[in-house]
Amino acid sequence: MIQAFAFYLFAALVLASGAFTILARNPVHSVLWLILAFFNAAGLMVIVGAEFIAMLLVIVYVGAVAVLFLFVVMMLDIDFAELRSGLVRYFPLGLAIAVVLAAELVLGVGAYRAGALELGTPAAETAPLVGEANIVSIGALLYGRYLFLFESAGIILLVAMIGAIVLTQREARADAGRSQQNISRQVSRRPEEATVNTRPEVGQGVQL
Amino acid sequence: MTETFVYWGMDPDWAWFLATVAGILLIALPLMLAVAMVIYVDRKVWAAMALRRGPNVVGPFGLLQSFADGLKVFLQETIIPTAANKGLFLIAPIITFTVALMAWAVIPFNSGAVLANINVGLLYIFAISSLGVYGVVISGWASNSKYPFFSAMRASAQMISYEVSIGFIIVCVVLWANSFNLNAIVWAQKGHIFGLINGFAFNPLLFPVWVLFLISSLAETQRAPFDLTEAESELVAGYQTEYSSMSFALFWLGEYANVLLMCALNATLFFGGWLPPLDIGFLYLVPGWIWLFAKIFFFFLVFSWIKATVPRFRYDQLMRLGWKIFLPMSLIFVVIVSGFLMFTRYGA
Repeated sequence: MIQAFAFYLFAALVLASGAFTILARNPVHSVLWLILAFFNAAGLMVIVGAEFIAMLLVIVYVGAVAVLFLFVVMMLDIDFAELRSGLVRYFPLGLAIAVVLAAELVLGVGAYRAGALELGTPAAETAPLVGEANIVSIGALLYGRYLFLFESAGIILLVAMIGAIVLTQREARADAGRSQQNISRQVSRRPEEATVNTRPEVGQGVQL
Repeated sequence: MTETFVYWGMDPDWAWFLATVAGILLIALPLMLAVAMVIYVDRKVWAAMALRRGPNVVGPFGLLQSFADGLKVFLQETIIPTAANKGLFLIAPIITFTVALMAWAVIPFNSGAVLANINVGLLYIFAISSLGVYGVVISGWASNSKYPFFSAMRASAQMISYEVSIGFIIVCVVLWANSFNLNAIVWAQKGHIFGLINGFAFNPLLFPVWVLFLISSLAETQRAPFDLTEAESELVAGYQTEYSSMSFALFWLGEYANVLLMCALNATLFFGGWLPPLDIGFLYLVPGWIWLFAKIFFFFLVFSWIKATVPRFRYDQLMRLGWKIFLPMSLIFVVIVSGFLMFTRYGA
């Protein structure tokens, strides 16, 4: 009983916060509703016994991705009158996206009603490890059977990371050297180099 | 506790419900009391280090100062700025406070005394502590004022940066303890060094990791020298600038509950949690929670010692330390620790 109650609670909250994500006028509110949706999705994961996935969902999506989202969206200078004025121009595009999504939904429900897809019987090494915490079973699969897929995903991420670093390299740009901190110079600076003791005449002042 | 209620002739479901509520209250109420006292300790330590007296008027030795402050903010008016986003402005301190309490659910106070003994306890704490940033960010944005906004920007960048290295530090500990369960991690530290000393911090490979964790936990809780989010010389009071009365008090309580949580994590992950410092029989006569509280209090003293002595970092130094020093170092230690365990424990 309590599972059903928890499921309907989380599912209803996911749907409601998902709806509010697109209905909210203010983009910051949208992001916050999105975060609530992530959170309740994590709750659904807990119900099916995938506590590791649930925690990762919160750590990665709520703790990192959504914070960066919020970081960017917070800095937007929102003019609500202007937001509404573009409606006619963007209406066809929005309609097209809506039609695609609706078609996918109908297809999905139709496929579901047609019966489950036959996936074949799992091989011995992919059979679920009974009685293990799911973090152990995920580890056994990732570092065993799917090792090469896992490693190639890692390489793709590494390349993406290097790409991002290269794009923001400062040396290549014209303003190289500007607004850069030289930490070793700052640390090795002594008071004798930074301050001078002078005894100026009255009314003379000092030359800086 | 559930068994006791069932033994008294209660329905198992109701017994579980009642035991959980009682457990929550047993953690949350003493925690609030501890926060009040710890604020007093904090102020006394700073005062002593600055050759001042500190709070000494309310009650004997000023012990009741925090309660007087609490009563004061309780009686004040809650001011909501006209330009503020009202709903979010009020939700932000509640988020900070709730999140600070939530993480305590998985901290083991003794071998069986833990509210939620879940397999992924450490990941749960990591997930919950990453939520703490929302209170700051939302309050900064909803205040609709420039200093809180700067503070929110700084907080989100700072928390994400240091969470990355905390993640790798946690990986080192988990590799050694072979579990994400906090109680299992504590047990793994029993007699860790020569079968005598309890605690991972005394392991030569994990000691540097603990130093990284201590500094990262200062940054994660936004304590000095990393308190750039409320740097009073630049940002008035940062994200709390527009807050008054109880909404301010919730930030205050949440902040100190977070500091205590980080102290508890230092104790649990690296200093044997509720185990006594040495693995000697008669030390186990002292209840585990006393050892844990002593360790938490010790780390809190270290935290306020640091706050009283170390000057604030500049923002670029903070980012440099996080990304260019802590991240590579914690990554290297993940490689070293896993390599060492591979050769010694799993036989290459």
